[in-house]
Amino acid sequence: MLNKHAILEKHGWLLSVAILVTVSIGGIVEIAPLFYLESTIEKVEGMRPYSPLELAGRNVYVREGCYLCHSQQIRPLRDEVERYGHYSLAAESMYDHPFQWGSKRTGPDLARVGGKYSDAWHVQHLIDPRSVVPESVMPPYGFLVKNTINLDRLELDLKANRAVGVPYTDEMIEKAASDASVQTDPFSADYDAFLARYPKAQIRDFDGNVDAITEMDALIAYLQVLGTMVDFEKYQPEENYR
Amino acid sequence: MSQHMIDRNEGGGEIAVIGALLGVGVLWALTTAARTVDPLMQVHAFIFLAAFVLGGIALGAQVYSGTDANRSDYQFGVVKAGVIATMFWGIAGFLVGVLIASQLAFPNLLYFDNLPWTNFGRLRPLHTSAVIFAFGGNALMATSFYVVQRTSRTRLAGGMWPWFVFWGYQLFIVIAATGYLMGVTQSKEYAEPEWYTDIWLTIVWVSYLLVFLGTIWKRKEPHIYVANWFYLAFIITVAMLHIVNNLAVPVSLTDTKSYSLFSGVQDALTQWWYGHNAVGFFLTAGFLGIMYYFIPKRAERPIYSYRLSIVHFWSLIFIYIWAGPHHLHYTALPEWAQTLGMTFSIMLWMPSWGGMINGLMTLSGAWDKLRTDPVLRMMVVSVAFYGMSTFEGPLMAIRSVNSLSHYTDWTIGHVHSGALGWVGYISFGAVYCLVPWLWNRRGLYSKALVEWHFWISTLGILLYITSMWVSGVMQGLMWRAYNSFGFLEYSFVETVEAMHPYYMIRALGGAMFLTGALIMVYNLWRTARGDVCEKELTPQHTGEDAGVPGGVAAPARMGA
Repeated sequence: MLNKHAILEKHGWLLSVAILVTVSIGGIVEIAPLFYLESTIEKVEGMRPYSPLELAGRNVYVREGCYLCHSQQIRPLRDEVERYGHYSLAAESMYDHPFQWGSKRTGPDLARVGGKYSDAWHVQHLIDPRSVVPESVMPPYGFLVKNTINLDRLELDLKANRAVGVPYTDEMIEKAASDASVQTDPFSADYDAFLARYPKAQIRDFDGNVDAITEMDALIAYLQVLGTMVDFEKYQPEENYR
Repeated sequence: MSQHMIDRNEGGGEIAVIGALLGVGVLWALTTAARTVDPLMQVHAFIFLAAFVLGGIALGAQVYSGTDANRSDYQFGVVKAGVIATMFWGIAGFLVGVLIASQLAFPNLLYFDNLPWTNFGRLRPLHTSAVIFAFGGNALMATSFYVVQRTSRTRLAGGMWPWFVFWGYQLFIVIAATGYLMGVTQSKEYAEPEWYTDIWLTIVWVSYLLVFLGTIWKRKEPHIYVANWFYLAFIITVAMLHIVNNLAVPVSLTDTKSYSLFSGVQDALTQWWYGHNAVGFFLTAGFLGIMYYFIPKRAERPIYSYRLSIVHFWSLIFIYIWAGPHHLHYTALPEWAQTLGMTFSIMLWMPSWGGMINGLMTLSGAWDKLRTDPVLRMMVVSVAFYGMSTFEGPLMAIRSVNSLSHYTDWTIGHVHSGALGWVGYISFGAVYCLVPWLWNRRGLYSKALVEWHFWISTLGILLYITSMWVSGVMQGLMWRAYNSFGFLEYSFVETVEAMHPYYMIRALGGAMFLTGALIMVYNLWRTARGDVCEKELTPQHTGEDAGVPGGVAAPARMGA
């Protein structure tokens, strides 16, 4: 059989095709089924697309490379569940383009950081991490309070997300800009309509500066929603064993 | 003679095609710069524009000077350029590595409140991309262009195309690196560049494949040499991984931002299918190509086993591609996929060690050269590191071991034993061989400096990986430690604090590795200038016997 190998060694195109076939198999067997096996993503209640402000915050998270030090994936191990909360479900990142599970915990996992700290703590911690956690090695993110969000562009972000499969409605896309400002203003007229579009979204001024909608507002809105969408009172793990 | 004619004909058409490509590029860059509202896209459009215009001028100069005369010679100009680029980006990448290691050790030392580009999150992709794609990528391109010509006994195919590949790749590096600093990133590990950078890399990479295959097609040897199988597998597979993993929908055609086509769990496995095989094909198969040419050449011994080459080549490339899910143990990825990934990762140990054995045993009958030739020693130690990290890898891919090692510095240590030890040393060895060959020198400027490089770097690597083992295992154990009341023993930040001494040792190790590389650059520069260290002058340098590569310089003074 090894003698026959000479055929491959004498024909570049044949060798190339043989290589391509050999390296294609693993990916096809492992990845393709994830797109059609229904058990891949658990059935849960509460998952919704990110609000425009949360999405903008997520984009800040992606831009700054937070995933390089913070995972968003709690493993079903006793210490992790006790430290961070319920283990992460596939459903919880079904609208994450791209996923931000991470591979390193130089800092703690953030999959369920939502609601654990106050907005003011986040602002202070992001501006000067060592002022609240002296042992921290995190870089400072004070510049976020100066950068305002370009509300008019949010519509395009929602459209692109819809193109890759996130179920944003026409109404959501149309109202993207105003929804972002509504989320920072508890007294706006559109309060209820916004909540109908994004159930349980948190509405308040996140960074303590009511004059502008900043990247700090957006990032904290995102951090505060992390891991809070799924209703675990109704979640049946036994039905989702796979 | 006929070969000469073919090359000349090919020459005319190719310049027109490259010119047209650059023309389209100029149009795209101009319209994008004019229409975009994204300032970052504007910066990148102008960089592209400048590069395309410069490329056009260089192409025009080539047409006018008409230096077609030596067309049947080897094309070594582009290899020389590749060697220089390898060392340039290597130093840059190591430097950023030392910088970010220091940031973790002394966060207040590099505390800039309003300079987002100095933050770890932006610099870390700069480090990883600079060492993997810029340093490693240029080493692979340069050596592959050298090896494929030598082992096919023919000039590189495509006339000016190899130069297009070289400069196109440097442009990709510049765009990617400036993008990271400005915050243009997909935040998919090792696949950070945004959609338009990815498209440009695809164009360059397909050109690379065609130049490489074209050279193989016009070879004057009946067989395709084993090193070229590995290079070919590396080029083809990286193309496949790159295209699939980077599928995305941009916000608009004039925006830097895009959204990955896949989400959540599917995106995770696609990413680690890519990510692990960036290791498997970029950092392993490609560098095995280097091993299969440069070690036999330097040791002046044939490859240990042809049969083992065949078996380990096909089993390596078949099995590697399955191993990605071991990056996702205990995550929301379905367990069947995790188990498959773990199984194949353990199986991968065998072909990996097949390659290591084939490399090491090539020294049979030439082991004494390890004492006298520090360049060969560097390459052999590289293969030893390869063996060690490909043993550690399957171990860490076992789910229960991974539950401890995942998310900790153990992973970082593991990567660096492969990256510094294997990839770094085999590349250094190849470059130490190539510079005297390409610049027509009898040997390196100084062998003693190679000894210094070897020992400083090796100590640096050992400091690096041992400190990361300790800090990783320690942190993993601290996370899962319980006190006698059944509560978690440590808060998270206590584990961060505990790592401080190890972060300092790691930064020191990295600085030593960088120091070694700087010594190497000096040595290479003096070699290229044609200098020979006076203390090492021997009759050989003044006498008639030029000898073979590797057997030239004086006996080592420092000794092993």
